[in-house]
Amino acid sequence: MTAHLKQDGPVDRAHLDGMQQGLLGKAVPRIEGYAKVTGTATYAAEYDVADPAEGVLVTATITKGKVTYIDNDAALAMPGVLAVIADARMTTRPAQGTAGEAPEQEPQSVSYWGQPIAVVVAETFEEARNAAKHLVVAYEADADVDLDPAAAQPEPQDGQAVEMGDLTAAMDAATHSVDLTIETDGHASAAMEPHAAIADWDGDNLTVRASLQMLNYNIAELADALGVEEDNVRLISRYVGGGFGSKLGISEEVVAAALAARQLGRPVRVVMSRQQVFQCIMRRSETHQRLQLACDAEGRLTAFGHHARVSNLPGESFAEPVLQSSHFLYGAENRSLGMDLVRIHRMTAGSVRAPGEAVGMPALEMAMDELAEKAGIDPVAFRLRNIPGENPEEDLPFTSHTLADCLRQGAEAFGWDDGPRRPRMRREGDWWIGTGMASAARVHNVSEAKARVRLTAEGRAVVQTDMTDLGTGTYTILAQIAGEMLGLPIDRVTVELGDTNHPRGPGSGGSWGAASIGSAVYLACKALREEIARRANTGEAELGLKDGAVAGGRTLVDLLGGEALEEVGHYEPGDNQDAWTASGFGAFFAQVRVNHWTGEARVDRMLGAFGFGRVLNEKTARSQCLGGITWSIGAALTEALHFDPRDGHLANPDLAEYHVPVHRDVQDVEVLMLEERDPLASAIQAKGIGELGMCGGAGAIANAVYNACGARLRELPMTPDRILAALPE
Amino acid sequence: MRPFDYIRATDPTDAAERTSAPGAMAIAGGTNLIDLMKLQVETPDTLVDVGRLDMGSIEEAGDGLRIGALVTNTATAVHPKVRADYPVLARAILAGATQQLRNKATTAGNLCQRTRCTYFTNIDQPCNKRAPGSGCGAMGGVARLHAILGTSDQCIATYPGDMAVAMAALDAHVHIQGGRGGDRQVPVREFHRLPGETPWQDNVLESGEIITAVTLPLPVKGKQIYRKVRERSSYAFALVSIAAIVAMDGGRIARADLAFGGLAHKPWHDPRLADLLVGEAPSPALFEKAADVLLDEADARGGSEFKIPLARRTLTAVLTEATETRT
Repeated sequence: MTAHLKQDGPVDRAHLDGMQQGLLGKAVPRIEGYAKVTGTATYAAEYDVADPAEGVLVTATITKGKVTYIDNDAALAMPGVLAVIADARMTTRPAQGTAGEAPEQEPQSVSYWGQPIAVVVAETFEEARNAAKHLVVAYEADADVDLDPAAAQPEPQDGQAVEMGDLTAAMDAATHSVDLTIETDGHASAAMEPHAAIADWDGDNLTVRASLQMLNYNIAELADALGVEEDNVRLISRYVGGGFGSKLGISEEVVAAALAARQLGRPVRVVMSRQQVFQCIMRRSETHQRLQLACDAEGRLTAFGHHARVSNLPGESFAEPVLQSSHFLYGAENRSLGMDLVRIHRMTAGSVRAPGEAVGMPALEMAMDELAEKAGIDPVAFRLRNIPGENPEEDLPFTSHTLADCLRQGAEAFGWDDGPRRPRMRREGDWWIGTGMASAARVHNVSEAKARVRLTAEGRAVVQTDMTDLGTGTYTILAQIAGEMLGLPIDRVTVELGDTNHPRGPGSGGSWGAASIGSAVYLACKALREEIARRANTGEAELGLKDGAVAGGRTLVDLLGGEALEEVGHYEPGDNQDAWTASGFGAFFAQVRVNHWTGEARVDRMLGAFGFGRVLNEKTARSQCLGGITWSIGAALTEALHFDPRDGHLANPDLAEYHVPVHRDVQDVEVLMLEERDPLASAIQAKGIGELGMCGGAGAIANAVYNACGARLRELPMTPDRILAALPE
Repeated sequence: MRPFDYIRATDPTDAAERTSAPGAMAIAGGTNLIDLMKLQVETPDTLVDVGRLDMGSIEEAGDGLRIGALVTNTATAVHPKVRADYPVLARAILAGATQQLRNKATTAGNLCQRTRCTYFTNIDQPCNKRAPGSGCGAMGGVARLHAILGTSDQCIATYPGDMAVAMAALDAHVHIQGGRGGDRQVPVREFHRLPGETPWQDNVLESGEIITAVTLPLPVKGKQIYRKVRERSSYAFALVSIAAIVAMDGGRIARADLAFGGLAHKPWHDPRLADLLVGEAPSPALFEKAADVLLDEADARGGSEFKIPLARRTLTAVLTEATETRT
C-alpha cells in the first residue's frame, strides 16, 4: 500500500509531536557509527566482489582539442595490463545534480586539462596506474582556448534577472550607499572518500557499487550513458564518505568501470586518485560580484543591487546561483539583480556545498557591514531594520522567518557589543582582535521521495529507500522517525539505504534530504499506525504506542498476530513550493585575530544561531552546523583553487595544497538551534539544514577582520598576502 | 607506481654501496618518497631500506648533541636536551607537517625532502628539476609559494622544510658516510644547493653517500625563536619562516644567528645579517636595514611578490621579540 501526500498547504503540526516514544529530536548517536569507526562499513571501493580487475583513468594533458592516437599496444605489452578502453560512451565530465541523463561523452574530444580520455585496466591497481601514467597519447590541440573569466564573453542569465524601480536613481539620491566589487576564488568539495566504482555484469544486468549522493537520478544517468534500460541497472551506495555536491551526479569512473567490466566479462573497479578527484570532478566557480546598496538616514535600504559573473565549460547550463537568497533576504524598493555566465575551459563547475549562498551571502554581508558603518548603525540593528514582511520581489509570504530571532539570540549568546564600532580597538601583542557578524540564509527545498516501512511479525521496523547517507545522519534520523511513530526503541528499527532496489528517495543534496525522505517515512508509518489502530479498535491518535505496547496494555506483536505489515510512504511537494517563500535563516558572529606583521588571520571563536524547522536529532543537526561553520572558516581564510593561466590546469589538486581548515583553525565554535515547527516546509515540519552553516559565515569573518585591523578585503579567501595588501599603515 | 625491488641494508657501508647502484634510492620514513612514487615523480628501480640501521639515537657528544639520521622528528622534538638547549629546533619540527608524519619522518629524510612545487609533482607539466631541460612550469604559472632569493632561470622552487631552517641557524653539521671521498661533514648551511644550472640537484649528497647523523654545536646563550608564517595554523608549508638565535649584552645585540625558510631553494642564511646586527642597539631602523640587506637581491617571478614585504615585516617582528628586554 502507498500512503501519498502532495503537500499543497500546512500539515498538522500536532500529530508528530503527539507521539509517545520520545525518540525524535534526541541526540541519538549515529546508528552506523560503530560500523564506521571499526572499519566494517563498506565504502564504494571496499565491497568484496570476486576477482575484480582494476581500472585507472587516463587524463588529458591538453586543454582543448582531439585525441588522435593512443598507443594501446605498448600499454598492453606492460605487465598485467588487460585493456585500454576509450569507448565513445565514456563520460568526460560529472553529471550535474538532478540531471537524470548522461553528461558529455566522447572522450576523444577534450575540453579541459585533466579530462578523462581512457581507462587502463590491469590485474592490479599498481599495474593499471603504471600503464596509465605511461600511456602514449597523441593530440591535435586547439589553441583557441578561453581561460580567463574576466576576458570571456558574458552570457546573461535571464532567469536570474530582476529590475524593480530605479537602482541608479536610488543610489544617487540615498543618504548612504556602497558600491563595491568582491571576488571569490573557486572551491573544491574535497570529500574524504575519493570517487570509486565497482561494476559487475550478470548477463545484461549491471550492478555498480559507487559513492554517489542521488541514486534516484544516478541510475538514469548511468543507463543513459550506457544505452541500457534502467531496469537492468542496480546502484549500491550504502556508505558515502562525504559528497558536498561532488557526488550528486555520476562521475567518470562509474561509466568507465561499467564499460570495462562489460568488455572484459569480469568485475572492474575504478578508483580515482586524489588528484583526479580534484581535476575531473566539480569545482565551485570563482565569482565576481558587484554589490550596490543604499539606505536612508534611518538605515532603511532603498536600493539593492547584486550582479555576479560566474563561469563554466561550454555545454553546461549550471551557473553558480550566487543571487539565490539575495532575492528575498532584505527589502528595498529599487532592485537590480543579474547574473552572467562566461565559458572557460577549466573543469566542470557545479554544485559544491551550498551552491550560490556559500559565496553570494558572504559578499552581500560584507557590503551590508560597510553600509552599516557608513550609516553609523550597529550591524545587528541594521539587519533587523531591513527584514521584509514578505518576499520583496514576488509578493510571496514566508513559510516561517527566524532571522530576527537568530540575530537577537545569537548576539546575546555571543556577547555582542552593540556600542560604537571602529577598527583597531583591541590589540594583544602582535595581534589585532575584532568581531564581526553576518546573516545566514539558504533556500529550503523538498523533493519527491518514497520509502518503504515494514513492520515484522516480531515487532521490528525495517525502513528501505535508495536514499543515501553522506555521513550526515540519515540512517539515524530515519530510525528515529520510524521509532517515534511506531513506538519502538531505536534498536528495534533497521534502516537500509543506498540501493536502487528500494523505493526511490530524493537523494542527498540541496539540503532537502532529511525533510523529504523523513516525510516519506513519516507517511508510511502513519499508514501503519492506522492499520494498527483498526486492529486495536481505537483511533490512530489514541494509540499511545510506546516500547512496543499500545495504550490499554496490548502489545504490537499481539496486534500483528504473526503477520508483517508494509507501507510505502510517498511524499511530493505541491503548491506550497509556489505559494510561499521557504528558507532557513540564521546569524553568524565571529571573533578573529589578525597579526599586525604577517597578515595571518585566525578565528578565535564563532557562534552560529540557526532556525530551520524541527530538529530531528540534536547531535547530527549540530554537527551539520559545525561542519558548515568549518566550511565558512575555509572559505574566509584558506580555500582557493589556483588555475594555471596558460593551460587552465588546477595547480593545487590535493589536500596538502588546497587548504581546508585543520583542527587548529577551528577553535571555539558554538551552535544555537532555534527550534521551530514549519508546517509548510515538509510533512515533518523540518527544513533543510546541511548547507545553512556556510551561507554567510565567511562574511562574518571578513567583517571581523576589518573590525580587528582595518583591512577591508575585496577578495576571498583572506590569505596573508591579501590582508597585508589591504592593511592600512 | 612503477614496480621496484626492495632490499634492506645491513649497515651504513652496505647502504652506501647499494644506493650507489643506478636507479637505487634510500628509503627511511618514506613520508615524501612514497607520495612521489605514487605520482611517478620518483621511479626508482630499487628501494634500499635504511630504516633498520642503528642510527636512531640522540647522544651527547663532546662538542654538542648528535642526532642520528634515523631519529624520528617526534623523538627529536620531545628530547629533553633538545627542548632545553635547542628550543628553536624543537619548535621548528613541531611547526612542520602533522603528528602522524613527524612520527615517521627521520632526520636525514627530512633534510632530503623534495620541493612541493606543484609543477614538480605533476608529471604532465614541465619541470627542470624533475625532467631536466623540459622548462620551468612555475615561471609564468601559479607560483605564489615560490622562491624570491637565489633563484635561477631554471628553477624557482623552495626547499619546503622547517627542521633544516632551525639547524641552519644553529650551524649544525651533517655527517656523511661513504662515497668516493670517504666520510665527511658538511654544515647544514652548505648542505642544500641553489638551483643554478642544475636544479635537479637538491643538495651536495653524492651517489652512494649516506647521512649518518646531524650534530648540533654546544648550546649557546640567547633567545631562540622559530616563527613560521602560514596560511592555516597547521599542516601548511611556510610562506616565510625565520629561525633566530639572538643574544643581548648590555642593551646591544651580541649574537644574531638567523636562517629563513620559504624564501629559497635552501634554508637561507646570510652572514651579512649578523655582521650588521651584532654590536648594535636594537631599533626599528636597524631592523629595516637588516631587511634591506636580506632582500637586496630579492626577485619574485609571478605571484610571490608578497613574500618580499612579508619577509621584511616578519623579520622586524622576530627581531623585535628577540631583542625585547622584559621589564
